[in-house]
Amino acid sequence: MSQAELDKLIRSNYEAGFTTTVDTETLPPGLSEEVIRFLSAKKGEPEWMLEWRLDSYHKWLEMTPPDWAHLHHPPIDVNEVSFYSKPKSLDDAPKSLDEVDPELLATYEKLGIPLHEQEMLAGVAVDVVFDSSSVFTTFKEKLWEAGVIFCSISEAIQEYPELIQKYMGSVVPKGDNFYAALNSAVFSDGSFVYIPKGVRCPMELSTYFRINEANTGQFERTLIIADEGSYVSYLEGCTAPQRDENQLHAAVVELVAMPGAEIKYSTVQNWYPGDENGKGGIYNFVTKRGVAHDNSKISWTQVETGSAITWKYPSVILRGDNSIGEFYSVALTRHMQQADTGTKMIHLGKNTKSTIISKGISAGRSSNTYRGLVRISPRAENARNFTQCDSLLLGDTCGAHTFPYIESKNPSATIEHEATTSKVSDDQMFLCRQRGIDPEKAVSMIVNGFCKEVFKELPMEFAVEAGKLLEVSLEGAVG
Amino acid sequence: MLEIRDLHATVADKPILKGLNLTVKPGEVHAIMGPNGSGKSTLANVLAGRDNYAITGGEALFEGNSLADLEPEERAQAGLFLAFQYPVEIPGVSNMEFLKAALESVRGAQGKEEWDSVTLLRQARAACKQVNLDASFLKRGVNEGFSGGEKKRNEIMQMLLMEPKLALLDETDSGLDIDALQTVAKGVNSLRSPERGIVLVTHYQRLLDYIVPDFVHVLSNGQIIKSGGKELAHELEEKGYGWLTGEEESA
Repeated sequence: MSQAELDKLIRSNYEAGFTTTVDTETLPPGLSEEVIRFLSAKKGEPEWMLEWRLDSYHKWLEMTPPDWAHLHHPPIDVNEVSFYSKPKSLDDAPKSLDEVDPELLATYEKLGIPLHEQEMLAGVAVDVVFDSSSVFTTFKEKLWEAGVIFCSISEAIQEYPELIQKYMGSVVPKGDNFYAALNSAVFSDGSFVYIPKGVRCPMELSTYFRINEANTGQFERTLIIADEGSYVSYLEGCTAPQRDENQLHAAVVELVAMPGAEIKYSTVQNWYPGDENGKGGIYNFVTKRGVAHDNSKISWTQVETGSAITWKYPSVILRGDNSIGEFYSVALTRHMQQADTGTKMIHLGKNTKSTIISKGISAGRSSNTYRGLVRISPRAENARNFTQCDSLLLGDTCGAHTFPYIESKNPSATIEHEATTSKVSDDQMFLCRQRGIDPEKAVSMIVNGFCKEVFKELPMEFAVEAGKLLEVSLEGAVG
Repeated sequence: MLEIRDLHATVADKPILKGLNLTVKPGEVHAIMGPNGSGKSTLANVLAGRDNYAITGGEALFEGNSLADLEPEERAQAGLFLAFQYPVEIPGVSNMEFLKAALESVRGAQGKEEWDSVTLLRQARAACKQVNLDASFLKRGVNEGFSGGEKKRNEIMQMLLMEPKLALLDETDSGLDIDALQTVAKGVNSLRSPERGIVLVTHYQRLLDYIVPDFVHVLSNGQIIKSGGKELAHELEEKGYGWLTGEEESA
């Protein structure tokens, strides 16, 4: 396939790029103590929460943005970002779907998010975060019966302060890094999940994030606690309208897996990637981390196709003995997108096990970097890690980079690392076309085949969605 | 069905075919033989439309349509099939998935009845059996980790399912032991029919013991320099190519 044909294929449109006209209450750009006080007051937060935010803010003031990533972008000026935007009609929180602004619902429908009866069938409970506010959580009652708490983080601060005070910041401390500190100071909303001891969450939990307003940042915060012996599968999806400016997204996700618990966290990230010349797009700086206690398991699966810049390392601290950490990732970059993504597996407990499967696909003039750390601490007897990093290049103007860091301080550890870089070869394309398969379908099939090991980790409906998303992202696009 | 007149073609701008003429009628089996570098594989790849293989003069008509005007997938949809000399691997894409996409496209284009998954699976299993491939190969990635012989048999299995009008086999016999060769030949012979044309590209005569051709052509330096019946192949086996090309060759 020629470069010209490749280019044609890559130049497809962003399907979620529409905007919604909703009356909003948006704070003027800029960050100060005043802004944080306003934000906290607006949410009617207790004093301890405000203190926590202010403490984070002061830590953040002392910090500088990380510069070690393989990313190039102009400095981000937080004074151009609005830290609060909320659809006005949410002022009186909706009690049922009928009370939700029809414009909002129409938006979600356009995005294919099942808010109405369909999702009854799908059996997915959805929490939707639009700009900064949580719109609605479906299936609340059914979950309540099982003892599962699934609500917005704002609600949790009011209703479950003891859980929030105990666990928020316990995995990602306030001053962990520049973006996490910023998030801790200004986080707007997000999801909170608590699964009681021994409960297997009866349905997949899901959150959809959408940035709508121009010049707003989105700083959501998610906290999931799986108590002893419980199980939960959580899905997260993200989109944003097509805008010329860059928008900042700095989220924090914390997972706590108590002894014997299992958390499966899946993400399909499709933030607006910017156009083919690199104009616009989301700057995605995300800190995701989980702590796994004895005999527990945390599994991250991500499919990343969006964002102008992705800086994201979903990690697992394997604190307890026999705990398991997994990371399965597909990152697709095209146009001028830059991704620096990977994971950290920190082995502290004995007999801990981690698996990393990373698939990077680069097209256009994009840059795709895997960065991973496997650390085996001195007391982590018999720790095991298996890492596989595969890169696939489409065309000859993109780049793929791999930075694996391995630190082993225990001689009983077993660490395996495999890496490959390949191209969709002309021979593969010709074989497909000679069998009557058109070039677009062929590329999509080859790329999907490349990602198979990761897709099979996704919940069924999500795997289909991820496959389609990849197809759309490659549409008219890659040959 | 295939009409090649004064065909000139280049590979990456290097002239390889220099005025080739060949006519294949439905029901005929033609063998193209010749020394290494004579242009045999080039001919097969030019007809199938591989990138960098360009027609620079003359014409190649398939059922009256100029192949040069058709994309590779359109040629396939029109009923042209190439069994590859070196079948490539497509990791993670199962044979079944691949066959489904191929058959949907080709059968759809030819107005044939669409096969539902049950029919497809039944047909695919039968085709596997015909070439001695275990049905488990259908679940494996296309050619992924297959041995040389398994790859070749996989090609023939695909050919049986695709039911092409014109089958081109590019050195399908190379690298096959005698048992595999017989299996492959049996598969090809089962496709012989009054409506179908078959072109075998081969260096050696031994394949032609099992698939007996109606015509044998000797290709040298981009042209067909001699044509004859099946006995020509035996003559070549005895004498090598040197007596025709005027060059020394130990075939």
